[in-house]
Amino acid sequence: MFELLSFGPNGWGGQLLGGAAMTVAVSVSAFALGLVFGSLGASAKLSRHLALTGVAEVYTTVVRGVPELLVIYLLFFGGSGAVMAVGRIFGYEGYIELNAFSIGVLAVGLISGAYSTEVIRGAVQAVPHGQIEAARACGMSRWLILRRILVPQTLRYALPGLGNVWQLTLKDTALISVTALAEIMRVSHVAAGSTRQPFLFYTTAAVLYLLLTTVSTVAFERAERYANRGVRRA
Amino acid sequence: MNWELMWDSVPTLLRGVPVTLQLVGLALLFGAAVAFAVALLRLYGNRVTERLMAAYVFVFRGTPLLVQIFLIYYGMGQFELVRSSFLWVYLREPFWCAILALTLNTGAYTSEILRGAILSVPQGQIEAARACGMSRTLLFRRIVMPVAIRQMLPAYGNEVILMVKASSLASTITLLEITGIARKIIAQSFAVFEVFIVAGSIYLLLNFLASRLIRYAEWRMTPYLRARG
Repeated sequence: MFELLSFGPNGWGGQLLGGAAMTVAVSVSAFALGLVFGSLGASAKLSRHLALTGVAEVYTTVVRGVPELLVIYLLFFGGSGAVMAVGRIFGYEGYIELNAFSIGVLAVGLISGAYSTEVIRGAVQAVPHGQIEAARACGMSRWLILRRILVPQTLRYALPGLGNVWQLTLKDTALISVTALAEIMRVSHVAAGSTRQPFLFYTTAAVLYLLLTTVSTVAFERAERYANRGVRRA
Repeated sequence: MNWELMWDSVPTLLRGVPVTLQLVGLALLFGAAVAFAVALLRLYGNRVTERLMAAYVFVFRGTPLLVQIFLIYYGMGQFELVRSSFLWVYLREPFWCAILALTLNTGAYTSEILRGAILSVPQGQIEAARACGMSRTLLFRRIVMPVAIRQMLPAYGNEVILMVKASSLASTITLLEITGIARKIIAQSFAVFEVFIVAGSIYLLLNFLASRLIRYAEWRMTPYLRARG
């Protein structure tokens, strides 16, 4: 049984490890993209422009209210078409095909971003208003306030919530296997099919995911402790 | 945008709603029972049950639902013991495999919500009940549970919405619920956006109704917070 999981010629160890690396790569890229979407979404939600708040509100409501799998199907089947449509606006008439990796990152990033938006918005609002006023009174420009007062504190407040979003993102990447990208789930599915040992390989997949989520829990705990090193505890 | 195709896909997609509702309804029902048992075993059991239940929650919260579904649907059939048992009547059906996976998944999450809610019941109320001479079970039934359920409703509402969305994964094991039908129509007609808009709207509507229902339950359970008219 363990020969099947080994790194030898009959083993799937190498492929499973590659799948784990791919899962981490998709998760990290999607999470980073989600942070970009989240920051944009949060600033849109907090802005005074009605159109901007409306767009951000629709984005978070739709993406958080519709199954992840549906969003992935939308981008898997319609992503290339949408990118080509945007390309045509800018005068590019050629054929663009997105690979499975970029579709996965885009889809999961879009989902991750909707959750990040809410987390970041809450964190920005948690920064006491008096501090902004104080910074303004000191003569800081808007940019300097953002860099020195708002962002450092927002990061600290947002960290626990972003930890949750990271775990969701990590687990959502399993759904990308429907696009045949060789991440943990896809490799296990192929291995299970060709060796007729589904229980063994899906258990291995579960263990790999558990390992990833456990390591991330510890990492985020450390990051939180580091971010709160200057905060007095009761 | 192909409006005609979009309009035509509405009744087809609506045919998936009963399957989705069955999946969600049964999983939530069984999941609530699992969650109740797990929370009680973690809070009032001995060290062994406490560890076991903590391990169950850890595993089911730490792995994607898709792994759980595949493990049950494809993995269970590998064992002769399962195939020859009476359970096989259920476990060979994708519908019951999906129900089992969703149940165990939501059971793990809900047990944590319930455990937190039970722990949040003020100690003074429990002491007061004990001072009135209530037995342990009476105290639990009359004081702890009603307060805890009221406390957990908002978090449970999120879980219900997550379950509505999670039921879409049943389409990966051949079930034709809303997402499964949507995928089929897309594969036949390539009308990606039209189908996404219709299927997405159905899900949004279901989630809206679910959140309203939870809101109503919350309102019903907090008559003392309402102004007297």
